[in-house]
Amino acid sequence: MTQTHDIVGRGNRDGAALFQKWFTELNHTSDVGGQAAYVFVMGSMAELLRVFDLPIVMPEINSLQTAVRRVAHEYLDQAEDYGYSPDICGYVKADVAVQLRHGEHPMGRIPQPSLAVLTNACNTYIKWAEIWERMYHIPIFTLDIPGTRACGKQTWPGESDFENDRKYVLAQVKELITVCEGLTGKKFDIDRLRETLQHANVMSRGWRRVLELNQSTPSVFNALTDGTIYLGVSNGFRGTSEGAKYFEDLVEEMEFKAAQGIGTMTDEKYRLLFVGVPCYPIFRRFNELFSEWGGTFVNSTYLWFAAGGVAQGYEYDLKRPLESFAEGVLIYVRNAMDSMFYQEQALAQMIDPFHVDGVVYHPIKSCRTVSTGLADGRRALMASRDIASLFIESDMMDRRVVSEAQLKNRADAFFEGLASRRLTAAH
Amino acid sequence: MAYAAGVDVGSTQTKAVIIDEASEIVGRALIDTGANVIAAAENAFAQALDSGHLDEREVEYVIGTGYGRYRVTFGNAQVTEISCHGRGAVHMFPNTRTVVDMGGQDTKAIRVNATGEIVDFCMNDKCAAGTGRFLGAASAALDIPLDELGEVALRAERAVKISTTCTVFAESEVLSWLGKGKKIEDILLGVHQSIAARSIGLLRRVGIEPEVTFTGGVARNIGMIAALNKGMDLKVNVSPDSHFIGALGAALFALDHIRASRVPVVQEVAQEVA
Repeated sequence: MTQTHDIVGRGNRDGAALFQKWFTELNHTSDVGGQAAYVFVMGSMAELLRVFDLPIVMPEINSLQTAVRRVAHEYLDQAEDYGYSPDICGYVKADVAVQLRHGEHPMGRIPQPSLAVLTNACNTYIKWAEIWERMYHIPIFTLDIPGTRACGKQTWPGESDFENDRKYVLAQVKELITVCEGLTGKKFDIDRLRETLQHANVMSRGWRRVLELNQSTPSVFNALTDGTIYLGVSNGFRGTSEGAKYFEDLVEEMEFKAAQGIGTMTDEKYRLLFVGVPCYPIFRRFNELFSEWGGTFVNSTYLWFAAGGVAQGYEYDLKRPLESFAEGVLIYVRNAMDSMFYQEQALAQMIDPFHVDGVVYHPIKSCRTVSTGLADGRRALMASRDIASLFIESDMMDRRVVSEAQLKNRADAFFEGLASRRLTAAH
Repeated sequence: MAYAAGVDVGSTQTKAVIIDEASEIVGRALIDTGANVIAAAENAFAQALDSGHLDEREVEYVIGTGYGRYRVTFGNAQVTEISCHGRGAVHMFPNTRTVVDMGGQDTKAIRVNATGEIVDFCMNDKCAAGTGRFLGAASAALDIPLDELGEVALRAERAVKISTTCTVFAESEVLSWLGKGKKIEDILLGVHQSIAARSIGLLRRVGIEPEVTFTGGVARNIGMIAALNKGMDLKVNVSPDSHFIGALGAALFALDHIRASRVPVVQEVAQEVA
């Protein structure tokens, strides 16, 4: 009993504490005027930046936190008053407002950027970083990561196309090292990189295992709610000993729950997959639209692409850290992009092992990158598998385009269909 | 004889239908919803009882549907109007495979199988363009009663192209066409075609599979029926009772429940759905 009490829910408790610690440290960095690197969840390069002791700021996470804490509208309004269109990405606008407020944020003060590192995984990243470039006159480093040329055409180590891509990424990583050395005045230390890569390996292995363990019946965590907490640690603590410890503990918790048959809800009736980005303005309520019917999310593409693709499970070779890091960045960022653009094959393969009853597609109005193609992906999935699906639209930031009544109506109809489908199959 | 009832509380109008054990409609009522949703549901149900010369105690089970379904306080259960329109349409037109339900503030495209089970559905999002409200705006702008719009539109010779997709802006666009000297009937045909085009867009998302049944309050508008038929190059099923189909579907689910209480095999279905 004591063991159950200690372990079950630990990931959520520790995750929340780590998250608070991260923002407390950022607040301190701001107070002392320290350097900070602004990075994005798809290709954060955190393993390398930590070698130079650069605190990691993730503006996407800062922005979504304003929505979770129900003040996003204040930030969005400020950015729109400044001149940004309501159609622009809500994450960008909330961050612009944070900058206009000199870092003021519900979780503390966010330090100004000394450097921004981005990839081409999202085209908005590039325009977003240009805003900081103009505001602060800081170096912007853009990594061009070769994506998948066509569905199912991924190349792998040993293949000539992959090796060419890896060399291309490695050359860019070396350029970034030079930029970091110039900015911080610190010499690159390959042993420190080896250390951060080792921690990252533990985290990637753990992340992959945690996702696998949700094949258990009942499911051991809710991919939409609990999963987002794990995701925050995966991003904010990537390459750290704290992150590695967290994921070792999380695996232990999930294995314990799976072995004991402890589910995330008491009466699990429907197992669902989530595709897209959560509805942060009504984060808990959105999940309740499904949990009220006994539905839980056993996996989510958000946990794939917003974790930078690390669920793919690549582990760095510590004997050749720099080359392997470049290889990992290539594979991870490519996987993050594929999780947005080519997700239907992965979803189809999950239906049986995860005992999935339905798939919920949630395109969001202010993010074209993740939402474009969902309608097509849904059609492709439904053509390949006889699986129920729901297509509901809202937003990750802007409550003006979130209609709870309409969302509920659609969710209710979806579950009525699932109930009917299940009974038809039973008789 | 046991009776079952469905009460469909829509944004504009509330409909109540009472059916007997043979699934025949024995009572019905249609009233404006107004601001008091609970009272609207109660009044519609009371009027349906009166029209069928029934006593409330004779109705064994009541299901609420529509946006106000949780305000049918005397109801036994709630089912979404999406499921109810699918069920009701297949009951009324058994070969129905696609349903277009055009109501006051939303339009739904629903694909169903032979039993009325929902295969897929799609609705307009947080915008009343392509719904009955769009017609309401045109009615106000042109000072023509709502129930005469369709008839006037059918007298048109050349439709005006209504370019706006916004109900609010539709009124100003209609007025601007009047200012340019366009005929009222040509403007109205343009309005109908504009709404039909948006609705057909929703239908294409779920896939248009004949037969298509047109339900909801706007199904009484002959201009809209013609615009949908022309836009899809087919003939939609329409009944004089099309605007009652949601309430009828709810009543059919209620009847399932009554039967389930007597036949164990069916019980699970009704309990799960209701």
